[in-house]
Order: sequence, then structure tokens, then C-alpha cells
Amino acid sequence: MTSRAWLLTDTPSSRGQAAWGRRYRAWLLFRANGLAFAGLITVLILIVASLAAPLLTAQDPNAQHLANRLAFPSAQHWFGTDELGRDLYARILYGGRITLGMVVAVVGMVAPVGLIVGCVAGYLGGRADRLLMRVTDVFLAFPRLILALAFVAALRPGISSAIFAIALTAWPPYARLARADTLTIRNADFIAAVRLTGAAAPRIVLRHVMPLAVSSVIVRVTLDMSGIILTAAGLGFLGMGAQPPMPEWGTMIAATRGYILEQWWVPTIPGIAIFIAALAFNLLGDGLRDILDPKQR
Amino acid sequence: MSGADASLALPPPTRRGGRRARVSGILGTLSSVPITLFGLILITFLIGRVMPIDPVIAIVGDHAPPDVIARVRLELGLDRPLPVQFGIYLLRLLHGNLGHSVMTTHAVTEDIATYFPATFELATAAILLALVIGIPAGVIAAARQGSRFDHVVRVVSLAGQSIPVFVLGLVFLLVFYAKLGIAPGTGQIDVMYDGLVPRVTGMMVIDAMIAEQWAVCRDALAHLAMPTLVLAYFSLAYITRMTRAFMLDALAGEYIVTARAKGLSGARILWRHAFANIAVPLVTVVALAYAGLLEGAVLTETVFSWPGIGLYLTVSLLNADMDAVLGATLVIGLIYVILNLLADLSYRVLDPRTR
Repeated sequence: MTSRAWLLTDTPSSRGQAAWGRRYRAWLLFRANGLAFAGLITVLILIVASLAAPLLTAQDPNAQHLANRLAFPSAQHWFGTDELGRDLYARILYGGRITLGMVVAVVGMVAPVGLIVGCVAGYLGGRADRLLMRVTDVFLAFPRLILALAFVAALRPGISSAIFAIALTAWPPYARLARADTLTIRNADFIAAVRLTGAAAPRIVLRHVMPLAVSSVIVRVTLDMSGIILTAAGLGFLGMGAQPPMPEWGTMIAATRGYILEQWWVPTIPGIAIFIAALAFNLLGDGLRDILDPKQR
Repeated sequence: MSGADASLALPPPTRRGGRRARVSGILGTLSSVPITLFGLILITFLIGRVMPIDPVIAIVGDHAPPDVIARVRLELGLDRPLPVQFGIYLLRLLHGNLGHSVMTTHAVTEDIATYFPATFELATAAILLALVIGIPAGVIAAARQGSRFDHVVRVVSLAGQSIPVFVLGLVFLLVFYAKLGIAPGTGQIDVMYDGLVPRVTGMMVIDAMIAEQWAVCRDALAHLAMPTLVLAYFSLAYITRMTRAFMLDALAGEYIVTARAKGLSGARILWRHAFANIAVPLVTVVALAYAGLLEGAVLTETVFSWPGIGLYLTVSLLNADMDAVLGATLVIGLIYVILNLLADLSYRVLDPRTR
């Protein structure tokens, strides 16, 4: 039997076979969606390129050559040079590390917090639920960028405060999502069965409710990543995110926006980088949602 | 866009139980507003307390003699415990006092009254443009699901969700102003016309109309065009996607099959039967999109030097003018809450299923 037939069989003989078969079918569906697949490939290229930045360029992203400022793209400097003669190609590559690093840091904080708050609120119900949801409402009542700006201003501008500020503004939707999932799970028979065996609430929430709420959170995370990239770039552009000379894309645009009319490629190239990264995550998230949540389209 | 999240807060669409339930639902929505506002104020207060800038030094300067610093500290109530300080802050807000801007030397409320109309003008123009394009595009994309048009709409709106507004603004300036020369530069009006029109509403286009200065009006419209396009594209994506999703749901309804069986024309089914049923949720989407524009406005105004509340906020941020930052944040939060409330209420009042 070929592995493909083994995966696609209608009569799986083990739990593992059924699970892998289901995953393989989802993968086939995903493959059929050309845009989503392109998004996945682009995301992978972005990750590899920023991890392997030192292998892809011999240039130092912070080395200045004032004699060669604002150069047009050439064989030596593929994307040209910026206002201090630094190689833009190298800065874009290393900037990818900052952007993706910020995304990972934000998601790493936000998804678990949102998941815990949402599952606890949904499972306990009553006063705890009302209190927790009221708190999320308050955070949802601010436009994200503006709340993040105020936080960063209070904490003083920099990359770690930017991450913290974005995380503070990004968790409430996850809490709401996890709560909605929990509400449908908590009255299921298997939860009642676990409760009968004497499991305590923390164990039920952690071991039985949360794993089921994870999948919708994952879709949300992928869709959110472009938002995080854009917010991080926006903060950088307003001078409130990563600080120069860090090669963060938004910060690079802010530093060189005055050259847009003469040396247009200098601020435009980081702009294209942000656009491609955000678009790739949007396409990927869109495709994942189609597969995992066919209701929403 | 965080607007999409708030839609999760909508009431379940099929709540029955007569007028009383409906009224209590509306009251419930209204009663949540003061609590949200209280939370909003608490957050801005706490942000103001953790900041590394000493508010006393910000007022008197760092060369002031120690006794002056001590006196101002007492006047500001900074020696009191935090809850008392919060009480003082609340009382000040109730009197409509948002503090003073160090940068402009005016009261923050005055500043906001000066800058807000420009943002309102820009955001309103942008939402109108986005509606005019986004709703038909979404409806047609849903009617021809899977067609080439549908794919184009999907890609164009995904691109709109992916491009940073400030990059789009810069590219527009480059192409339409610098290269093609068909658009005027940044700002609300040409310097030539500065001060020609008396300020009535603060919205340059309207003020010029009131003063019957048509050359100024035309110039103001031309200046409005580019930032409007940028902002409109920002919310177009959201409006189109939501319209398409709602339409797909509506078109799957059995009453559509009935209408088809009756032999009604395609266009009639699309607009009179399907679209009429999604009009109410669309009102919600529009209110949320409008609220989302406040966020885009901050970046757009910075790129186009548009004298609105977003520019005021960013300039204050860069000058560490904390009263101004917190005041502007609070006002924008307040507008956001009101728009969300209107979205929620319109849903409850207009949709017969919530009765």
C-alpha cells in the first residue's frame, strides 16, 4: 500500500492513522488553495532568509560609508544604500529578524494569556466571567495603535516596550474566542464524565477544555500576525518602536521618509518588505480559516 | 483591525421574549458604557502615573528651586495616595478639564476642539468613498463567488489589509505629487489661501463653502483627495470582506430559492431580497470601520501633515507632552466607545429578530 493510500483510506485501522489521514486531507485542501500556499511559501522564505541573514550577505547592516550615501541599487548593493551609506539589502534581511522576533514575542505572550483568561471565564461563569469579560471590553474599547502609543510613551520608546504594548492591546480577542469555545465545551458529556471522576476545575480547564480551544486560537494567531507586523511598523514609523540604528523596517522608513521625492527607493524598499510580510501572513491565515473554519469563509 | 473583534460582542441574533426583553437588552448595553468608560479613564490615569517623566519637572522645568518643586507637587496632589489622586483626576475630568498642553500652552480640551474637525472631515470623506466602492464590490463578489472578479476583489482587499497606511501615503505623494504633478502637496490647504476663510466648523471644505470662496474650496478638496484615498483603501478591505461574507450567507437562504422559483430577475433578488437582509449587520460594520479609521488617521495625518487629532497626538508624543497625549487618547477612546455603542444599538433597534 502506498503511503498516500494509507493516509486516504476510508477505514483507518488505528487512531494514529485516522489522525494523520485527517491532517493529510486538510493539507490537500490547503494545497489546492493557490493563494494560501503562496502565503505559506513566502512566510517560510522570510523565516529562512532572516535566520540565515549572515550567510546571504557579507555586508554589515550597521557599517556606514558616508561617501556612498543614497546609492541606487547596483550589483554591489542590491537594494542600494541608505542615508548613512549602509547596505539596504543587509538591513532588510536583519530587519526581518526584528520584525519576526517581535511577532513571536507578542504571540508568545498573548495567546497563552488570552487562552487562560478565556477558558477560566467561560468555565467558571458567573461573577468571575463577568469581571474578566468587563476587563477585556475595556481593552477592546481603545483603538489598538493608539493604546499601544500611549503605553510606549509611558514606558519610554524602545523595542521591548513596543512588544509589551502590542501584547497588552492584542490579548482581548483571544480571550473572547477561547471563552466562546469553552462555553460550547463546558456542558459536553465528556466534561461531566471527567468531573464525575473527581477532577478539580484547574485540571479540567488545563487538560480538557484548553486543548480544544487551541485550534481557533491558532487561526486567529495567523490572521493577527499581519496586524502585529503593521502595528510594530507603525510604532517604528512614529518613532515609538525600535530605535535607530536598529534596522527595523518601520523605523527605517521614518528615518528616510524625507528622501521619498528624490531617492524614492530608500524608504520604499522597507515599505515593500512590510507589505510582503503582512500579505504573506494574511494569505496564509485566510487559507487556514477556510480549512479549519468553513463557516466563516 | 480591532473592529472585527468587537463584532464578537454582538448579542445573539435570535433572542425572543417581547418588548421587555428588548428594552432590558438596550438598557444592559447602555449600562455597560459607564463601566467601560471608567476602565478607560483608569487605564489612562495609570499610564500617566508609570511614565518616567516627572510631571512636576515637566511644568516648572529642571532648573526650578526645590521649594517651587515641592509646592507644585503639593498643588498637583502628588503626595497623596494613588486612589485619592485618581479621585482628583476623575473630578477634574468631570469638570471637562483634561489638563494643559506644555507644547501649545492651551488647555487640552481647547486643542482637541481645534484639531478634531479636520480628522472628522478626513474620516467622513474616507468612509463615504469606502462605502461607495466597497459595498457593491462585496455584493457582486458574493453573487459571482469563485469568478475572476471575486478573486480580484479578494486580492485587492487582502492587499489593503497588508499595506501599511504610511507607506501607501508616501507612495501616493511620490507618484501623484512628485512624478505626475496632479495632486497638491501635504497639509489642509495651500499656503497662498491661508487665513482667507474664517473658521466656522474647522472643516476647510465646509468653511470655504460657507464663505463662498470657491477657489479655496477647490484647493481644499484637492488637498483632501489623497489622504482620503489612502484612508478609504484602509477600510475598504474590511467593508468589502464583511459585505461579501454576509451576502454569501444571505444568498444561501431558502427565501432566495423561493424568489428564484418565482422567476424574479437576478438583480432584483440580489438587491431587494438578499441585500435588504444584510443592511442591518452592515450598519454595524460601517460603525466599526469608522471607528477603525481613527487608528489609520494617526498615521495618515502624520504623512500628509493633516492638522487633525492624530497629528496632535504624535507631535505631543514626541515632545513628551503627557497631558496632551492622555487627553487625546481618552477622547479617541471615548469616540470609539460611542461608535461601538451606536453599532450595538442600531443592531438591536433595527433588526426585528432581536425584538
